[in-house]
Amino acid sequence: MKKLLLGTLLALAPLCADTIVIQNATVMTEGPKGIFKGSVVVRDGKIVDLGEKVMVPAGAIVIEAGGQYLIPGIIDCHSHIAGSGNINEGSVSVSSMVDIKDIINPDDIAIYRALAGGVTTANILHGSANSIGGQTLPLKMRWGKSAQELIFAGATPGIKFALGENPKRAGNPQGGGRGATGAIQVGRYPATRMGVEDVIREAFNDAKAYKAEWDAYDAKVAKGEHPIPPRKDLKLQALKEVLENKRYVHVHCYRADEILMMIRAADDNGFKVRTFQHVLEGYKVAKEIAEHGAGASTFSDWWGYKMEAIDAIPFNAALMTKKGVVVSLNSDDAELMRHLNTEAGKAMKYGGMNETEALAMVTINPAKQLGIDKTVGSIEVGKDADLVLYDGFPMSDFSKVQKVWIDGAQYFDRDKEVAAQAAKDAEKQQLLDKEKAAQRQPGTRRPQ
Amino acid sequence: MKLLGLLMVSAMAALAGEAILIQNADIYPMAGAPLKGGSLLIQDGKIVEIGAKITAPKGATVIEGKGLRVYPGWIDSGTQLGLEEIGSIRETNDTGEIGDFMPQLKALSAVNPDSEHFGVVRVNGITSAIALPGGGGRGGGGGEIIAGQAALLHTDGWTWEEMEINRSAAMVLNFPSAAGRGGRGGMPDFPDMFPAAGGADARRAVLDQIAKLNAFFDDAHKYKIAKAANLPDFHKDLKFEAMLPVIDGKMPLAVNASRAATIHDAIAWSEKQNVKIVFLQPRDVTKAGPELKAKNIPVILGRVLALPDNEDAEYDEGYTQPREAYKAGVKFALGTFTNEFVRDLPYQAATAVAYGLPHDEAMKALTINPAQIWGAGDLIGSIEKGKLADLMIVDGDPMDVRTQIRHVFIKGKEITLSNKQIRLYERYMSRQ
Repeated sequence: MKKLLLGTLLALAPLCADTIVIQNATVMTEGPKGIFKGSVVVRDGKIVDLGEKVMVPAGAIVIEAGGQYLIPGIIDCHSHIAGSGNINEGSVSVSSMVDIKDIINPDDIAIYRALAGGVTTANILHGSANSIGGQTLPLKMRWGKSAQELIFAGATPGIKFALGENPKRAGNPQGGGRGATGAIQVGRYPATRMGVEDVIREAFNDAKAYKAEWDAYDAKVAKGEHPIPPRKDLKLQALKEVLENKRYVHVHCYRADEILMMIRAADDNGFKVRTFQHVLEGYKVAKEIAEHGAGASTFSDWWGYKMEAIDAIPFNAALMTKKGVVVSLNSDDAELMRHLNTEAGKAMKYGGMNETEALAMVTINPAKQLGIDKTVGSIEVGKDADLVLYDGFPMSDFSKVQKVWIDGAQYFDRDKEVAAQAAKDAEKQQLLDKEKAAQRQPGTRRPQ
Repeated sequence: MKLLGLLMVSAMAALAGEAILIQNADIYPMAGAPLKGGSLLIQDGKIVEIGAKITAPKGATVIEGKGLRVYPGWIDSGTQLGLEEIGSIRETNDTGEIGDFMPQLKALSAVNPDSEHFGVVRVNGITSAIALPGGGGRGGGGGEIIAGQAALLHTDGWTWEEMEINRSAAMVLNFPSAAGRGGRGGMPDFPDMFPAAGGADARRAVLDQIAKLNAFFDDAHKYKIAKAANLPDFHKDLKFEAMLPVIDGKMPLAVNASRAATIHDAIAWSEKQNVKIVFLQPRDVTKAGPELKAKNIPVILGRVLALPDNEDAEYDEGYTQPREAYKAGVKFALGTFTNEFVRDLPYQAATAVAYGLPHDEAMKALTINPAQIWGAGDLIGSIEKGKLADLMIVDGDPMDVRTQIRHVFIKGKEITLSNKQIRLYERYMSRQ
């Protein structure tokens, strides 16, 4: 039952054409060319030309997109899909040694659904059970490919930190976090926001000492000496990479106080927060976030689901943008992930962003936050051909995704999807009937 | 003295019979054709006149509506508004009570009129809503079969009494299902096929629960007879008192049932019991459609923006539910079923339009349909003479996220378009 349709879907997967021309679309580039009516030319997975008039290369596949809108592939800066359901190593306060890369499940149907919602890249994060969580990385939604092939090549890896209610829950005798075995843990430090700060500062205190040991060793090696290497510590290694700016820090946070705390803790330890995630009270400390140079990745209007989400405002994204912060809108949820385009639309309603600013929040801005804006996030010559075609204004709920390309390969086509439906339903019914028939015959039951 | 008296009189007039004239606006009444460039007069909280041109009564507030549109306010048919403030905090939840058969519970009197949620949803044009007891709430209980009485209420008022439209809009029933409460999650609907996974036990448990439900209804009928007999040792029972309008067919049961088999079972059951029903959050609308249509049973479709129930379902299953209900000819309204998303009600409807629901039908599902389904078709849901003035004035398509709401009226009272979130925005925008 579970893998019922995998075969069918694989059959639909990537038709890799050498050259594609998408013509007569309204192209919202999020790049220097702004918004225009015209064509985009894709070759070998890259955007090679765009404009009101382009040369159509001989033999190119031409997609007529009159009345439709073409936008850069949507980038979700905060997702937990494709994580095999195990994204929270909550048994310790610092779990920087674990890595999402090790548990990528390329068969998670959420990947296909995200794709059908126009998402081409997602930052897959560790959970928020601990102050310093596991290692993270962006994936491309290349449905049908292996785990290895989903990985966004060349992207700087990240690490998840978490502040506030979630990391302190494990320490709360009434809260009762669950460890790896599922057993309730009692009193795992920290239990307060004070403790969360301390855990982070202690970890970097150790990480700096660790880095100093290795720096001394490396210096000796560079001089041609043959010293005994220090003991490798996988937990501190990831934090050493943070100190070296080789690993981005993505901080789950809600309240203004903890955001400011994190900025100061980072300042004091000599590293930068790359993004604040959720950051629902970011609007209260937008000035400080902008000064630190961190990005903010928030929800459009999700609020009130927990105490620390009670001061959330739908104007958060717009306000932080107006105060100079690079803002993205993320999902943190396999369902919300499917309509980030309309989440961006809400930035027009709440706070008066224009359409380019609003769309940026799910395209070029998350690309900047993830350090992948040289290759994705906008429609520009030389960038990856990660494109989404909508049948109407892309940030309106009245519109739907028609086609999605990643690296120039078409991964979703609504017409084909709809056309294949009857066959899929028939196949399912056939399998159900077969299963029912098998159940009715004695002696054919599967072992229990 | 004379002047003071005059002032007092005019102040009282403003309170009691304030007239508001909206003029030169495009009026979309949801009852008949739109009236372009028309006028609408509100008095004593009601719509008293609609026409091409209405002369403003003396002292009336005049709202110029040129280039704007007037619609009836939205109705969300599935919320926990006023009952649940912060999802994860038990103390702020009064939704799920303890006990299997709790028909005597009333959502209305547990509604907190000062809940921040009301302010948040009002500014997006949601002028009334169904507040549901039980049904997935996090109030501590949650094992209910009969969860209590759902209230239809306005999203504005000093007290819950002032907010009331219908305190007993429906009795909430979580129809026993192998798939869990109302048929969501857990075991699939064909448990017999999965004996190894406890399917047989699940089927037994369902039959046991249905037997209990039948016994409860039988007792309610016996109670009715005993009450009518008026014997000296008759004792009033609050549970069975609450059941009387249900067994008399005056109050519908709002039945949580998700999958086709559960829906079918619930319909058969309701016919045997001779009760009126409305389905909450049915998912297999395509399969159940013909029967729902044939039996004339309305449904409240759940979140349009929902993941498919099964891994192998179509990716757009949630988006296409309203279209499927429409195609089957089933009367339906929409609910968001999560307080956090009530303000997105019109946008969820727009998604349904993107996936094939006619625009007009989406509008109906948020206005006149729910009003009729919840027994308030003569009070709200459309712009008609004599109805309560629950209105919004907007500058575009009201389901489009780019449209701004200019005015909202609830019972003829203009709502201040502000709330805690807007105040926080203004305050922190001004931070240097």
